Amino acid sequence: MIAVTAAVILLPFLAAVAGLLGSRFPRGARGGAADLAANRRAALIAIVPAVLSMLLALWTAYVSLTGTGVSTGTLDVIPTGSLPISVGLLVDPLAASVAVLVTVVALAVQVYSVGYLAGDRRYPSYSAFISLFTSAMLLVVHAADLLVLYVGWEVMGLCSYLLIGHWWEDRANSRAAVKAFLVTRIGDVGFLFGIFVLGMAAGSFRIADVISQVPQMSSGTVVTATLLLLAGVAGKSAQVPLHTWLPDAMAGPTPISALIHAATMVAAGIFLVARLHPVFAGAGPTLDVLAVAAALGMLGAALAALAQDDLKRVLAYSTISQLAYMAGALAAGADGAAILHLITHGAFKALLFLCAGIVIHTVGSNLMSAMGGLRGRLPITFVTMTVGFAALMGLPPVSGFFSKDEVLVSMERALAAGPLTDAAALLLYGCALATVAVTGAYATRAWLRTFFGERRAVPLPESATPHTGLAKSATTPGFPESTTPHTDAPEPASPRAGLSELATPHTGPSVTAHTDSPEPTTPHTDLFGSAPSRTGGLREAPATMLWPVIVLAVPTLLLGFTGVGFAGAADVHWGTAALSVLLALLGAAVVYVVWRGAPLADPARVLGPFRVPLERAFYVDSLYRALFVLPVLHLARLVARTDDRVIDGAVRGSGRATLSLSGLVRLTQNGNAQLYVTAVLAGVLLLAVGAVVLG
Amino acid sequence: MSWVLVALLVVPLAGALMLLVPYGKGRLLRAHALTVSGVTFALSLVAAVAYGSDGAVGMRLVTDLAWVPWLNLRFHLGVDGVSLPLVVLTTLLTFLCFVYMCREGGNGPDRLPRGELGPGRPRALVFTLLLLEVGVVGTFLALDLLLFFVFFEVVLIPMYFVIAIWGGHARRAAANKFILYTLLGSVVLLIGLLFVWARTGTLDMVALASAHGAGMPRSAQTLAFVAIGVGLAVKTPMWPLHTWLPAAHTEAPTVGSVLLAGVLLKMGTYGFARIAIPILPEGAAAVAPWLGAFAVIGIVYGCLACLAQRDLKRMIAYSSIGHMGFVLLGFATLTPVGLNAALFGNIAHGLITALLFFVVGGIKERYGTADIPALGGGMLARLPHLASLLTFACVASLGLPGLAGFWGEMLALLGAFDPAPGLSRPLFLTFMVLGGIGTVLTAAYFLVMLSRVTHGRPTETVHAPLLAAVGPAETREAVAAAERVTEKVTADAEQVVEETMAGGEDSGPVDTAVVDDTGGAMARRDTEGARGSDSSGGGGRARGGRVRDVTPHELAAWVPLVVLILLFGLWPKALLSLTDPVVHGLLGAP
Repeated sequence: MIAVTAAVILLPFLAAVAGLLGSRFPRGARGGAADLAANRRAALIAIVPAVLSMLLALWTAYVSLTGTGVSTGTLDVIPTGSLPISVGLLVDPLAASVAVLVTVVALAVQVYSVGYLAGDRRYPSYSAFISLFTSAMLLVVHAADLLVLYVGWEVMGLCSYLLIGHWWEDRANSRAAVKAFLVTRIGDVGFLFGIFVLGMAAGSFRIADVISQVPQMSSGTVVTATLLLLAGVAGKSAQVPLHTWLPDAMAGPTPISALIHAATMVAAGIFLVARLHPVFAGAGPTLDVLAVAAALGMLGAALAALAQDDLKRVLAYSTISQLAYMAGALAAGADGAAILHLITHGAFKALLFLCAGIVIHTVGSNLMSAMGGLRGRLPITFVTMTVGFAALMGLPPVSGFFSKDEVLVSMERALAAGPLTDAAALLLYGCALATVAVTGAYATRAWLRTFFGERRAVPLPESATPHTGLAKSATTPGFPESTTPHTDAPEPASPRAGLSELATPHTGPSVTAHTDSPEPTTPHTDLFGSAPSRTGGLREAPATMLWPVIVLAVPTLLLGFTGVGFAGAADVHWGTAALSVLLALLGAAVVYVVWRGAPLADPARVLGPFRVPLERAFYVDSLYRALFVLPVLHLARLVARTDDRVIDGAVRGSGRATLSLSGLVRLTQNGNAQLYVTAVLAGVLLLAVGAVVLG
Repeated sequence: MSWVLVALLVVPLAGALMLLVPYGKGRLLRAHALTVSGVTFALSLVAAVAYGSDGAVGMRLVTDLAWVPWLNLRFHLGVDGVSLPLVVLTTLLTFLCFVYMCREGGNGPDRLPRGELGPGRPRALVFTLLLLEVGVVGTFLALDLLLFFVFFEVVLIPMYFVIAIWGGHARRAAANKFILYTLLGSVVLLIGLLFVWARTGTLDMVALASAHGAGMPRSAQTLAFVAIGVGLAVKTPMWPLHTWLPAAHTEAPTVGSVLLAGVLLKMGTYGFARIAIPILPEGAAAVAPWLGAFAVIGIVYGCLACLAQRDLKRMIAYSSIGHMGFVLLGFATLTPVGLNAALFGNIAHGLITALLFFVVGGIKERYGTADIPALGGGMLARLPHLASLLTFACVASLGLPGLAGFWGEMLALLGAFDPAPGLSRPLFLTFMVLGGIGTVLTAAYFLVMLSRVTHGRPTETVHAPLLAAVGPAETREAVAAAERVTEKVTADAEQVVEETMAGGEDSGPVDTAVVDDTGGAMARRDTEGARGSDSSGGGGRARGGRVRDVTPHELAAWVPLVVLILLFGLWPKALLSLTDPVVHGLLGAP
């Protein structure tokens, strides 16, 4: 059992190593056909272990869910001088079911990426990083020791950084990657300290020991530890107040958004709380904090999603909102409901992102203002994405309905009894219901604006992107499509749009078309190779992209029926379910009525003066920048100046002081013998006087 | 087997002396350097194998001869779990430096050309580096206080010459600052050592350590600890005694920087583990809060200083201050886990920072500058392998779990969470939190630097030869002038390159050339313009308009470091199982 689990984790890791080192072998074969060979090899190296890993994970889950329960194994114990670190793994139903989600989505994304990034010259490293990520996430899921879990936790963050910055030619992507890593790292410091507190109090870093020692700990210790852990959870799972990195992380390739920023990594925080649920259950104040953060996060993010024009940012805010649902369920004491929603959300949000990827791939823009009327042209995508949106809204009989029902019921129960204080429980439940309505509204808006009505933009996809100037300049024959189809502009109101007006032909892709640099900076050139968007005819994406979508649509549809038992609940609670469906339909109906009035305009226009604050997500980014980023940079400059002037100044000053002192002393060495004799005589006189007086 | 340790000193010394015989061409010098350092490295591996891994405490492979009998000075060598990794690290890095010096091409002074010996005095450089190796290895092996001090001082002279002869433009000032600063520290150290000798009557480090400060009252121990500690802290370096380090690193040649950061700094921290803490336990307990305070100030201060640096080498020098702060914090906790953390951090920092300096040396050689804005970005496109290695080294240095840098920092924080009895817990909790902030800032400056240097679209940076001839003051002026042109640049570190690009766009096909009053010209051009006119110009090694990516020699020198960083990151037990038993003995803990 443990050996199989180790294989599940190690297979993607070995794939990552092999992919990084082996894809381009023999070296020197760069450019053109050789690159495609490297890509094929890399795809093979990535996908075969992913398949094996998934099969083994499925087997593990089957065994674990049907019988043996928990099993653990320790490979080695590392002495630290204090508490030892035990390198061990653990399999239980929770870990096994999340592992299945991870491996399935990872495989789907790997297959999807073959089509999505066909011809990208950095595909080998890209697929290797996905493999590394999969391995790290599985390590988090299966870790039996908190510090081992932390290792996987951070490696995931690194992979997220590397993959968000996949198209690093664009500074905006690079900035988004740095931001994602730094914001999560802030949380992770708290997380590490939380592990210290828990481990030292329990006398062991092993998860089982920690949980068994909780009753012996003082409540102060437990509350401190869980609050610190919560910082890491908020960072990783993009919860208030550390949520700001997730929308920007959409700068990465869409499959990455599906895997890391929707289905798995961001769910790791939720998973961790579920893993340590007995600890959190003993810390009432922490659960209150979690409930309030979740309540604010779910409603705020849903409202922000309502005003976004970038399809991926809509989904990103929706992810924050749905993760907050899970956090709310955890706060209400229902870890089963949270994990059920985690798994269904993982399936349907990955589905939505992959569908969005096909749409973006075809249209050539992230912006919904450039979409519309795609229903007829992308029939398969339309059907699958409709399933995804239905799951997001929580409409029966799609899986999201069942899991959201569980979540809402658990929050409702927390009103009457549970670890939460009354005010927090009321706030949580109220926000959850309001969010259901808003979710219905933004999902409907995105659905309508993508697939219905008329195509709003002319078939030149570039005209909608912020890189207008660059697009028009790209006329080199070899690079007819060298405009960046995946513009991924993280901020719709970005100054780059204005900047592109100034762009002259020698900046941007046309330059890179001429350059002899080893890596042309138009990595996604070939993506458009077959998409004749200029002629106006859109068609479905290649099979490698469609099949993962279809495969993911199946669990999105059916998971609810199998999962009802998993949450430990008997069946659907019809009262709550009716209420939530009603609310969701209400939100959808409002949007539909508004849209019906003017199908070409954005339904978000009715938000009026609130639209801009919502689009900017309540200016939290600007606030953080003013509060933290700029002061730190000022402080850094101050320190650099101080170091040069004050501290090193003192050192240099001591040197100068020594020199001037020596100059002073040198005055006496003037070569005048009379002076020397006088000095000697004076000294003798002083000594004599001294001897007489003191003696 | 005790001859191994003596051979570790004799082989490089004999190798250095053989160079005094004037004969031979470049090829022979190469072979000589590689053989001597290779044999030394092999000997250190033999010592490691002979040491075994049975976990028993105590010195191994001991050589104990009378040296100056009437002073009771002894030539006393030995190795244990604390010194063994450092000895191997030293011989490995020296060997890798020689491998690196055999690289083809390049115009750095630290090269061993294959044919005629060039003007760079390579023979003298090999001599100096071998002498340096003798001193460092001797420091780690010595078990007699005065012998320790002798080797400690032997190191200074070769390093002075490495900086002063083979360094950059401001090498003289940097070398003078280095030698005066560290000599001053050594004087204080010597006073402290003599004070210990006067009080206890012995110079035997083993006997002194096993006595755990018996025979010295608390006040005397404190005094001795402060004196020895200040002497070692200069070397480490500890804030605020660090200002020699950025200057020395910026001016030193690549191999000098590698050995300085990889090995020399470790002599200071090794002194804490070997002398100051075990011999003067009560003094350590009295001074530990101060040591911890200076350590965390150094962490945060070093990180903030890094954020504002614009020279890559200088930035890495400041990052060393931050990392050594974690090492000192580990010592300050006076717990086994803290000492383990410090010793682990020592090795990890030696590997990672050596790799960083190697890679940055390679960058400086190719671009002709290490100025971050002048590098311009897009390195992942121009030099994918070099940029990938830089990314790897930076990620390792920012303490990612799974790579070597993490364990030292994490265990130091864990030590601070639960310091030794008698130390103020709230104070050390504050230190821990500040250290945690330091890890975030470390990630911040490395990622911002990576973003500016490796990401973005590549721009060709051409340096007129004039700029290469002017001193650093003028360079700064030129840079300042460049900054004036791209106004608003200074506002945000991350925006610098972006703004510069915008400036280039505004001016269209005309290059933005900045000429300062000394005549130094720095031209930033877009790739297109540069291709047309300047493919052969400038200090960058333009060979057919292309800069070479990582060469085989460089790869041979760097790959072992990468492998070791991964190994210790994934299997920290390899080091911890060596140091852990010894550390308990050093602290007198069970």
